[in-house]
Amino acid sequence: MNSAHSAAPESEAALRVRALESLLVDKELIDPKALDALVDTYEHKVGPRNGAKVVARAWVDPAYRQRLLDEATAAIKELGFSGLQGEDMVVLENTPQVHNVVVCTLCSCYPWPTLGLPPVWYKSAPYRSRVVSDPRGVLREFGTELPDMVEVRVWDTTAELRYLVLPERPPGTEAFSEEQLAALVTRDSMIGVTRVLGPESKVAP
Amino acid sequence: MNGIHDLGGKHGYGPVLPEEAEPVFQEAWEGRAFALFASTFVFAGYTVDEFRHAIEKMPPAHYLDSSYYEHWLVAFEEVLARRGIVSREDLDARVAALQGGGR
Repeated sequence: MNSAHSAAPESEAALRVRALESLLVDKELIDPKALDALVDTYEHKVGPRNGAKVVARAWVDPAYRQRLLDEATAAIKELGFSGLQGEDMVVLENTPQVHNVVVCTLCSCYPWPTLGLPPVWYKSAPYRSRVVSDPRGVLREFGTELPDMVEVRVWDTTAELRYLVLPERPPGTEAFSEEQLAALVTRDSMIGVTRVLGPESKVAP
Repeated sequence: MNGIHDLGGKHGYGPVLPEEAEPVFQEAWEGRAFALFASTFVFAGYTVDEFRHAIEKMPPAHYLDSSYYEHWLVAFEEVLARRGIVSREDLDARVAALQGGGR
């Protein structure tokens, strides 16, 4: 795929979006600076580091964890994360017996305030079609091997309800601070296609 | 609506291919398309449902062959034309003008 900086000729889609924007600017219906600010927000300010803070807090604070499982939207808002595409949140708790994984089979619904915008694979036909019929196979492609005794639950999200997976806290992190824990939490673990690895599981590249 | 977008359980789309260190927007125009959505739906008065419906009735081959934000472009063109905010003729004319090196 061409990078934004390449000298490749402008694609048809890029040209049409530019034409649409210029027409709407001429009609004074939009302000290009407002568009710049939106792009900047979702490129730099909203992303999975937000969700990681929620997870780390739940790992260190049992009362917060309970609020998160009972009233996810309000508990997530306590940490300052709310808004568009996160209006109604449900948190799914992974346990030694149950592993949760999230998909939007129809399109791309995703919890923006805690995870940012979804990656391309989440919106792709292979993931959307297969994770509901062969979740263990899909998880294996992400390097996640689950024992047969672990139940896999697949949640199909909607425009009205967004899910965040609360992964299991990895062993070997008992002495970790909340910040150190948050640094371990990945985007993919909060979608549910991977688990959070502890310091002992880190394999040298 | 039962259409091509309803992919759950369908076979034959191949393996999931995650990308390392993926940028939020693959190309700059995708960021503009994303921001246009948040900026237009207020004054144009459409809902996410109407926007998605425009995507869901795309011809299946086009749907599968085009990228995510190309789907959005299809929806923008439809909902804005339907309201008479940007007609398809005006858009095509602006595309032609930009192609000719205009602003």
